[in-house]
Amino acid sequence: MNFDVAFAWSIMPELFQGLLVTMQVVVLGFLLAVLIGLILAIAQRKRAGSVNSLTRRLSSAYVSFFRNTPLMVQLYVLFFALPLAGITLPAISTGVIGLGLYYGAYIAESFRGAIEGVPAGQWEAARALDFDTATTWQRIVLPQALKPMLPVLGNYLIGMFKETPLLAVITIPELFQAAKQIAGMTYRYNEPYTVMALMFLAISVPTSLLFKYFERRSHV
Amino acid sequence: MSDLAHGLPLSAPQIVLKQVVKQFGSNRVIDHLDLSIPQGQKVALIGPSGSGKSTVLRLIKGLETYQQGSIEVAGSSVPTRGGGWRWPGSKKAPVVHRVGMVFQQFNLFPHLTVQENVTEAPFRVLKLTREEALARAHQYLGLVGLSHKADAYPAQLSGGQQQRVAIARALAMRPQVMLFDEVTSALDPELVGEVLAVIRAIAHEQQMTMLLVTHEMKFAQDIADRVLFMEAGKIVADGSPEQILINPDNARTRRFLNRVEQR
Repeated sequence: MNFDVAFAWSIMPELFQGLLVTMQVVVLGFLLAVLIGLILAIAQRKRAGSVNSLTRRLSSAYVSFFRNTPLMVQLYVLFFALPLAGITLPAISTGVIGLGLYYGAYIAESFRGAIEGVPAGQWEAARALDFDTATTWQRIVLPQALKPMLPVLGNYLIGMFKETPLLAVITIPELFQAAKQIAGMTYRYNEPYTVMALMFLAISVPTSLLFKYFERRSHV
Repeated sequence: MSDLAHGLPLSAPQIVLKQVVKQFGSNRVIDHLDLSIPQGQKVALIGPSGSGKSTVLRLIKGLETYQQGSIEVAGSSVPTRGGGWRWPGSKKAPVVHRVGMVFQQFNLFPHLTVQENVTEAPFRVLKLTREEALARAHQYLGLVGLSHKADAYPAQLSGGQQQRVAIARALAMRPQVMLFDEVTSALDPELVGEVLAVIRAIAHEQQMTMLLVTHEMKFAQDIADRVLFMEAGKIVADGSPEQILINPDNARTRRFLNRVEQR
């Protein structure tokens, strides 16, 4: 088994292109997932005798659908089935939407738990001061819910990043796809796959450290 | 009800509860309660636990739903489904804040500093400018003796200090009515005094109506114009502190006071 350092250097630019695509899809997909998760979690919040029971049921239906079907299947449906219904999106957008929809369902569940963890007294204090609903969420409840969420969000972000090789099935030229192509054309497997693994590490480890830092800093 | 008995002017009462019924499932916690309180009166609610004292305060603030009767505060009615949530109003329109409340568990916002706890509502709800809100925070933190803690977080304060911040936070909204719900019950005995001293100072404010649920009988006697004794969701005795606390003619009140003193 030999490792040609010069060859490894020479394929760097191509792999780096793949890494950029991966990171772009992950960052956008993550933002979408957080947004979807937040909306679902707010929709699921229990409030006695309100109109909300429909939105709550829709929201739980969404969560159980996306958590109980494989991500790969969801990606296939988005990429191959939607165009049959006249909806055609670029592969990268499909990847962002796919990751966002899938991880949104998971993030919603954690958000829900974190929101329920904010003591009832906080809501009552906000009401006693005549805050409106939007201000209560924005200034009182979400900042407190977000704190225990930070490590969870960090895990999902890294988890998402590591799932990106799946996006190769819908033709996104991400990192794994790039490595596979180099391997296919040169019949050298050592260098592209090793460099790819190192690139995944080079992103995952600092990201996880960054979230640990955020977490520590938020404990005032 | 007893406006004249206490020598207070007979004006339109500020708080009126008429035949209010509140139940949790089949458990009736407030049972056809009538109560009328004129502006500026300082009222102490006493009685055994579970008698509905705190619920009366929460109903007035609109934190609870109720099934029958009506509640009015300063001429506007509190709906049976509770005060409800205010939907976001226009950016400019300030809210008329009538009732402030201080809770047993303080309920300070743990992620905000002491100063932010006090300025947040005047700024967001009353739409004061930052400077005006800050000036109020200084004023009321000074009043409760905690100006030097403005930049601390609630977790860095003692229970007594936290409760004083909670009082400053409520006062900064300049409410017409202040509700104190067992505000010293969660405190260590040595911290009770500082909180009661602050409330005593506020009680000199003539215009402000105050309702206090308390187990501090001596304190109630000192600052209240009127004492209500509640039992099983009803007001069973209503009179001056002398009538209720010193020479109770109601047998149940007497028994309750004996039990409290024995502790």
